[in-house]
Amino acid sequence: MSNLLDLLVAGLATGAIYALVAVGFTLLWQTSQTINFAQGEFVMLPAFLMLAAMHAGAPFWLAIILGILLSMLLLGLAFKLLLVDPMLRHGVLPLAIATMALAIGMKEAVKQFFSAEASPFPSIVPAGDVTVLGRVISLQSLGVLALAIAVVVGLTLLLNRTSIGHQMQATAQNPTVARIIGVPVERMILLTFLINAFLVALASLLITPIYLAKFSSGEVLGQAAFIAAIVGGFNQVRGAIAGGLLIGVVDNLAAAYVSTQYRAAVPLALLIVIILFRPQGLLGRPEERTV
Amino acid sequence: MTATAKYWRIALGIAVIAALIIVPMNFNRYGLYILSQWAVMTIAAMGLNLTLGYAGQVSLAQGAFVGIGAYAAAIMTTQGMPLIAALGVAVVLCFAIGWILGYPALRVQHHYLAFVTLAFSTLAFLVFRNEDWLTKGIYGISNIPRPNVMGFATNRPLPFYYFCLGSLGIVSLAMWWLIRSPWGRAFVALRENPVRALSLGIDTRRYTLMAFAIGSALGGVAGTLYAPLTQYIDPVPFNLSLSLDLLMMVIVGGSGFFFGPFLGAAIAVLLPEWLRFTQGYYLMLYAVAVMLLLIYSPTGILGILDRYLAERRTKAASALRAVAKSRLETAP
Repeated sequence: MSNLLDLLVAGLATGAIYALVAVGFTLLWQTSQTINFAQGEFVMLPAFLMLAAMHAGAPFWLAIILGILLSMLLLGLAFKLLLVDPMLRHGVLPLAIATMALAIGMKEAVKQFFSAEASPFPSIVPAGDVTVLGRVISLQSLGVLALAIAVVVGLTLLLNRTSIGHQMQATAQNPTVARIIGVPVERMILLTFLINAFLVALASLLITPIYLAKFSSGEVLGQAAFIAAIVGGFNQVRGAIAGGLLIGVVDNLAAAYVSTQYRAAVPLALLIVIILFRPQGLLGRPEERTV
Repeated sequence: MTATAKYWRIALGIAVIAALIIVPMNFNRYGLYILSQWAVMTIAAMGLNLTLGYAGQVSLAQGAFVGIGAYAAAIMTTQGMPLIAALGVAVVLCFAIGWILGYPALRVQHHYLAFVTLAFSTLAFLVFRNEDWLTKGIYGISNIPRPNVMGFATNRPLPFYYFCLGSLGIVSLAMWWLIRSPWGRAFVALRENPVRALSLGIDTRRYTLMAFAIGSALGGVAGTLYAPLTQYIDPVPFNLSLSLDLLMMVIVGGSGFFFGPFLGAAIAVLLPEWLRFTQGYYLMLYAVAVMLLLIYSPTGILGILDRYLAERRTKAASALRAVAKSRLETAP
């Protein structure tokens, strides 16, 4: 039983990171019909940008700021202007394929220009344990969980309580009508790309100390976020959050109780069951827009 | 199309086939291996082209079907059974799994099939890796024999290349026939406008499943050739990235064009060899090239050609019209 609690906390911590990535994924889908197959690599890259800044002599805090800004520039602005904008009018599929190519390109670039080996990455949460109600819980898990929750709450407030958030939602729901009532649709779409880049940079900062910085680490992460987004509901931000937490917990429990060999199969089986019986996801609404 | 253009096409086709037979005769072992790989990957990509290009269903599991075919061939031929029996098993197995896997596609919109097949692809990889009793897990299956075809041994690289090329030829002819048959036309109707297809009396459910199952079965065919080609298989080549590679081959070549997979597979298999001098950069260059191509022409390389030909045809037609019109005007 006590073991279960540990697993739950660790699962929620990884799940919170998955949720950050999944939220960005659904935001891109909602506002611009972009299925980003490079989302995992988007999480992999910022850690290397931060490491590169640190190698150049910047202190850790400065490296984090630089890494996040560079990520927003490259993975937000440049991604949208150079790849998504020219391709969007051709439909969903060519763009999805182009992001697959982008994923290969990013992996190879990091492997060539940085390192093929896994590099250690400093944690922003100090190592150590705290005792809560007689249970020893790692500070890292708690820190990750707290930060991820803060970001998710902040994002939800932004989307639901501010004018910009409402404009973004209007853009996502019906761009034509949004444009008619005076929402700057183009700027809102750009904003979602910047938010996505910010979220993946943050996720990178939180998860890399746990799994090390490696060029191929995006594969697993991207798939987890992908599954989280679909399980929770492809067209709902809160769905993606719930999906992320659920996948994190399920993954950790599966590793302990099913088998280490088939732990990866459990979220996939969950995905197939969800698509068969509730294709709009646990919290999603049925999709009306035909793609 | 004018008669001369048709003859040119036939001549070009014969020249290409002759070149594929004659030119590799003095290739070394490695060159033949790469060409055989091209033939095998083209078969798998043709299957995906049927699913994606003609029926409009996105599958991310073609690599898994190649894996199923390869394991069927490896397991059965190392037990002393003939390759043709393995081929039968692989085709039936892949067809059946494809059929079952296609069901979610009937319930929901088409991008969900991509997600289901993505999950299946990873699940298949886990089975290849973990079921040691069947697949020997990460150690893989070695010493896979090459078949005897009508009394000829194909142990040496050149005969085996001809075996692959011959298989590609048979599959191509079958595909050529299929897409010109009422079935093929039904697949295209399904892609273009499912509602109208339904109203015309096409059983869209059955044809969707059929397109996906036939495409998957061709993945299995490619797999049964892949195993004797490499003579050693382990789970790694059949992970998700093979499925993504095959998808890229189809799109880059031109999805929905008959010769798209030939071209796409050639680029994906041969280009890395030509770019070998760039050392570690070739995959990066490949990725950038794919992105640029898709930005310029989302319908792939054959899409560019198609656009160019269509433009020329309209120009020629409007010139003819102009001539006819001026004749009408000058007529008394």
